[in-house]
Amino acid sequence: MASARSTKKFLKFALTPLAIFTVVLIVPFVNGVYYTFTDWDGFETTKLVGFKNYTKSFQDPTFWSTLRFTGLFVLVSLVLINVVAFGLALIVTSKLKSRNILRTFFFVPNLIGGVVLGVIWQFIFNSAIVALANKYNWELFKESWLQDTTKAFWALIIVTVWQSSGYMMIVYITGLVSIENDVLEASQIDGASPLRTLLSIKVPLMAQAFTIALFLTLRSGFQAYDVNVALTGGGPFRTTELISLHIFQDAFANGNFGTGQSKAVVMFLLVALAALVQVTISKRYEVQR
Amino acid sequence: MSARARFGRRVTFAIGSILAFAYFFPFFLVFVNSLKLKPEILANPLSIPTHISWDNFQQALTKMNFFRSLTNSIIITVLSVSLLIVFSSMMAYYLARTKNKLSKYIFLILVTSMIVPFQALMIPFMARFAQFVSWNNRGALIFFYIGFGVALSTFLYHGFISTIPTEIDEAASIDGASDMVAFWRIIFPMMRPITATVAIINALWIWNDFLLPRLVLTNETQTLPLSTYLFYGQYSIEYGQAMAGLVLAVIPIVIFYLALQKQFISGISQGAVK
Repeated sequence: MASARSTKKFLKFALTPLAIFTVVLIVPFVNGVYYTFTDWDGFETTKLVGFKNYTKSFQDPTFWSTLRFTGLFVLVSLVLINVVAFGLALIVTSKLKSRNILRTFFFVPNLIGGVVLGVIWQFIFNSAIVALANKYNWELFKESWLQDTTKAFWALIIVTVWQSSGYMMIVYITGLVSIENDVLEASQIDGASPLRTLLSIKVPLMAQAFTIALFLTLRSGFQAYDVNVALTGGGPFRTTELISLHIFQDAFANGNFGTGQSKAVVMFLLVALAALVQVTISKRYEVQR
Repeated sequence: MSARARFGRRVTFAIGSILAFAYFFPFFLVFVNSLKLKPEILANPLSIPTHISWDNFQQALTKMNFFRSLTNSIIITVLSVSLLIVFSSMMAYYLARTKNKLSKYIFLILVTSMIVPFQALMIPFMARFAQFVSWNNRGALIFFYIGFGVALSTFLYHGFISTIPTEIDEAASIDGASDMVAFWRIIFPMMRPITATVAIINALWIWNDFLLPRLVLTNETQTLPLSTYLFYGQYSIEYGQAMAGLVLAVIPIVIFYLALQKQFISGISQGAVK
């Protein structure tokens, strides 16, 4: 009786969303992993080929350079976004009268999609700054930053930090305001300096916010695509392709479905591993309250 | 207030203002140049336009089919978000209220699935759904958004439903209400705060999404980010028009944000911390 009722409830409440979820997410995922062990060409498979697609992927030198470039991008953007976002959160949680207006300014880039932001900055790096540099003789900017691999890397970082720091700022604000006032008053009475209070009281008590913000920036760093496509398009000469764009090009531009999909599975494993390590380490610093 | 604290506050204000200026500057640059003609832009991108011309906007409006893409974006976002709210709130209610092995495993799979990047699915996904997509672009896209968004939304609802006492369900069932009636009449209205969070987080993501629409949509059904990108690619040489196009692409979401600022901020902080 009870189980008949719960089956009916399952059918009414959960079946449709679960079916859509399975069709859209589970089936392509399982399919995708299976395809990498076959000679799939985008349309049909005739036989199993073992790890051939994976060995071929790792023999591709551009894949290695993409992995290096992505790793560096994830690391640098993760550190900078979180440092900047934490700083912004401290500014807008101070007692300034203008804090709400400041918050809006910091948050707005986040509302706008990466593609639109990417082309805005493409105009800035390719045209606006170059025009100004020639007018006022700034050596550093006379050639567009997007024409040089190292400078294009920093251009990607600047745009990504500008875009994402506002969102992470909100996460840190949530952490900062969740700290009870009496703890802060106690530290003040004990004569702790503001810096001491920040490092020894606030940061440990809001460790959960760091766990979340680091996880989100890690994931979005690996998945970055929009800004990459719109800002550098992978150029010059495919040297600024992040892994997501690399997979897209491999599969849809060059028609290498087998290696493209194996690289995508490698990407999934990297994201899962990095996230697992990061969350395990971060959790250790969280204080039980 | 001590002199030292006042000094500290001034320094914070100065740093905050400089940063705010830096964050806003790119938008200012785009807006100023959208009102200028090409030679004026190249001579000095920082100059204030000598005479204001709205011609760039007129050109951009027609060339990027602004109103058509805006309509597409609105239709796709509103329908996807509404359906996500309906489906995920119902599923979360089932998962939170039914304690058995099945519901435990479903919940576990949903949570684990959130780590899978879209790129890991994209290729088999397109191979499998090509036919469905060519039959109905927008419908297919909405269907996909439900599939991709349902895990996080269900997770958010699940956390909230767990805080609603089960006595409320029991009282409703004693009064003779069916599961469906009890859920929609009593439970769902109680979840308004988390519904706002789910709506905002999904709307922001779907409105700005680029990769999936790029794979799925054709010319007639383009969304705003897609048509902006294509327009910019085609007309980036016409700086003024390109800038006008970017201003148009930015305006709708900024207006939406300014209207619902409080909900946005609390929505994101709720959504992230859960």
